[in-house]
Amino acid sequence: MSVQKTGVPMSEKQISSQVGKFTSRGVDVYYGDKQALFGIDIDIMENKVTSLIGPSGCGKSTFLRCLNRMNDVIDICRFEGEILLDGQDIYASEIDVVELRARVGMVFQKPNPFPKSIYENIVYGPRIHGMIDGRSDADEIVETSLKRAGLWNEVKDRLNEPGTGLSGGQQQRLCIARAIAVNPEVILMDEPCSALDPIATAIIEELIDELKENFTIVIVTHSMQQAARVSQNTAFFHLGKIIEFGETDQIFTNPRNQQTQDYITGRYG
Amino acid sequence: MTNLRAAHIKKRYAAERRFKMYGLLAIMFALGFLAIMLVTITFRALPAFSQTYVKVDIEFSENVIDPDGAREKVQIAKADFQKIVRDGIYALFPEVTNRKEKRKLKKLISSEAGYHIARVLLADDQPDFEFIGTKQSVWVKSSDDIDSFIKGLIRRDVDESRRRVNDQQIGWVDQLMADGRIEKRFNWDFFKFGDSRSPEDAGIRGAVVGSFFTLIITLLLSFPLGVLAAVYLEEYSKPSKMTAFIEVNINNLAAVPSIVFGLLGLALFLNFFGMPRSAPLVGGMVLSLMTLPTIIITTRAALKSVPPSIREAALGIGASKMQTVLHHVLPLAMPGALTGAIIGMARALGETAPLLMIGMVAFIVDVPTGFTDPSTVLPVQIYIWADSPERAFEAKMSAAILVLLFFLVIMNAIAVLLRRRYERRW
Ligand SMILES: Nc1ncnc2c1ncn2[C@@H]1O[C@H](COP(=O)(O)OP(=O)(O)OP(=O)(O)O)[C@@H](O)[C@H]1O
Ligand SMILES: [Mg+2]
Repeated sequence: MSVQKTGVPMSEKQISSQVGKFTSRGVDVYYGDKQALFGIDIDIMENKVTSLIGPSGCGKSTFLRCLNRMNDVIDICRFEGEILLDGQDIYASEIDVVELRARVGMVFQKPNPFPKSIYENIVYGPRIHGMIDGRSDADEIVETSLKRAGLWNEVKDRLNEPGTGLSGGQQQRLCIARAIAVNPEVILMDEPCSALDPIATAIIEELIDELKENFTIVIVTHSMQQAARVSQNTAFFHLGKIIEFGETDQIFTNPRNQQTQDYITGRYG
Repeated sequence: MTNLRAAHIKKRYAAERRFKMYGLLAIMFALGFLAIMLVTITFRALPAFSQTYVKVDIEFSENVIDPDGAREKVQIAKADFQKIVRDGIYALFPEVTNRKEKRKLKKLISSEAGYHIARVLLADDQPDFEFIGTKQSVWVKSSDDIDSFIKGLIRRDVDESRRRVNDQQIGWVDQLMADGRIEKRFNWDFFKFGDSRSPEDAGIRGAVVGSFFTLIITLLLSFPLGVLAAVYLEEYSKPSKMTAFIEVNINNLAAVPSIVFGLLGLALFLNFFGMPRSAPLVGGMVLSLMTLPTIIITTRAALKSVPPSIREAALGIGASKMQTVLHHVLPLAMPGALTGAIIGMARALGETAPLLMIGMVAFIVDVPTGFTDPSTVLPVQIYIWADSPERAFEAKMSAAILVLLFFLVIMNAIAVLLRRRYERRW
C-alpha cells in the first residue's frame, strides 16, 4: 500500500475560478438531541457533478436533503448554519420551500413513480407549477423530458400505462424525467442506482454525464467506481464531518487524508 | 438410528395433519352455524313472500257508493267499501244467516280489503266511475289466519279449541278452494307497503326507505368529517400531549356502547335543538356520531399505509403539503377510507338501540318521503314485528331479517371488492 500524505490542509485548496451554485457554511444538523452533521463547508459547482461518498450513516443523505429542505418534513430534524443557492440563503424566512424544490429537484434511492400513468408522472410537476398551458404544451414537456432521460423510445407507445409497471431501471429514468420536467437548476440524487443492475446503472451514469450540460448534479453513491466515473468533484464524509473535498481525480489518485485513502481503497473497517 | 428418524418424521407429519384438521374443524363449525341460521331464517321467512287471495263477486251498488249520484272522488272515497266487500263474501254463502256465523265468515278476508279496492279504483286524479253499478269478480286478500291456514301454519288436525280457524271456517275455505276461488300469489305488497297492524298488509318498504335516508345522512356527515379529521391527525398534527389525548379519546369513542349515543342524541338533538322525533335526519346524526370514530381510525390506518416514498416524490418536485395530500396520499388511501366507511355504515344499518332513544321505534304506516318524515329502520322494524302477537308477523320478521342481511352482505361485498381492487398498487 502506498500511503500518500501531503501537507496541504484540505480547506486551503478551494476549487478555484468557478462559481459555487450552492455554498454551505457551518451546517449542523440534529435529529432530536443527536447531531448528524458537524460544520459542513462545501461549494457545489455549477454544471458539474459532485459526488458525496462515505460510510453508511455518515450523513450524506442528511446533507443532500438539506439542499432542498426535504428535512423540513422530519419533525425532529433541526438545521443550523447557512446554505446559499446563487448567493441566497435557502433557509431564510422569505424563501418559499415549494419554489425552492422546483429549482432543486430530487431523485431518490428507490424509484418512486406515482401510481399513475407515465404521462401523468411527467406532467404533474409542471402542472402544479403552472408551467403548462394546454394539451400540446403538456405533450411537448412529456416528450422532451422523456427524451432527455433516455426513456422516450422505450415508452412512447405506452404513455398511458402506469409508471409502476416499468422495470426498475426504467422507473428510475422516469423519476429523473419527472425531475427534469419542472426544469430545475440542480438535481439531487440519493444513491439512484443502488436498486439497479449494472446495465441499467450504466445507462443512468451516461445520462448523468449528459445532464450535467444543463444541470448541476449532486449524487450520493456507495460505489467508488461510480463516483470516479461520473463526478468532477467528490466530498468524503465521515461521522457527520467532511474529511476531504476536492476534484474527483485528485481524491481518487492522490487523497490527502489517510481516512479517505483507506475508504476508497476498501480498507475502511 | 434411521428408524428413529423415520418414526420422528412420521410423527411430525401426523402432528401437521392434526393441526390442519383442527383448523378445518373450527371453520366448519363456524360455517355450520351460519348455514343453520340462514336456513332457519329463510324457511321461516318463506310464508311472508306469498299471500292468499280470495275471489269475491262484488256489487258496486250505487246507493252505497254514491247515493246522491254526484260522482265526486272525495265523496266516493268516503263510501263504505268495507260493506260492499262484506256483502260480497256473504253472497258466496247465502245459507249463513246467523250473526255470529256471519262474523266468522267475514273474518275470512282481510279487514282492509275494502280500503284497498277503493284505493285501486280511485287511484287516478280523474278516475272513471264506470264501475259504479256493476258487479265484478275481485281478488281480495284473505285474512292473516286463513293465509296461515292455507300455508299449513295452522293445522287442521289440531283440536278446534286451540285453533284460530274453526271447523266451520275450514269448511268454507274448502268450498272456496273447490270453486277455484282461492289463490296464492307472490306477495309484492311486502316490498311495496309500509308497516301495518294487519299482517297481510305489512310491508318492509317503510323501513328500507327509512334506513336508506338514515344511512345517507350518516354517510354525508361522518365520511367527510372523518376523513378530514384523519388527514389532520395523520398528516398535519405534530405529536403533542393534545394529539395524544385526542387519539386516546377517539379510540375510546369507538368503544362506547351505541345506546349512549342515542341518549346523547335525545338530549342534544331532540331536547336542546328541538329537531323532529323519529326522523331519519336525527337518526343519521346519531349514527354518524357512532361511525365517526370507525372512519377516522380506518382512514388513518389507510393514510399510514401509503408509502412515504410517494410523499417524498411529490414534495421532491415541489408539491405543497396540501397538493401532496390531495393529489397523491388521499387518493391512495381512499379505498381504505371507503372500506372503513362501508363497514361503519353496515354497522349503523344494523343498529337499533340508539334509534329507539330518539323515537324511531314508533308505529309508522306511511313510507317516508324525506329526511324529516317520521320513519323507522330495518332492525327496528324487525324488533317491532318480533314483538307483535299475530302469528303471521313471525314470517314477516324473518323476511325482514333476510332483507337486512341482504343489504349487509352487499355492503360488505363492496368493501371487499374495493380492497381487492386497490390493494398494493405501488
Ligand atoms: N429521520 C431520522 N431520524 C433520526 N435520525 C436520523 C434520521 N435520518 C438519519 N438519521 C441519523 O442521521 C445520521 C446520518 O444519516 P444519513 O441517512 O444521512 O446517512 P447516510 O450517509 O445517508 O447513510 P447511508 O449511506 O446508509 O444512506 C445517522 O446516524 C442516522 O441514524
Ligand atoms: Mg443515505
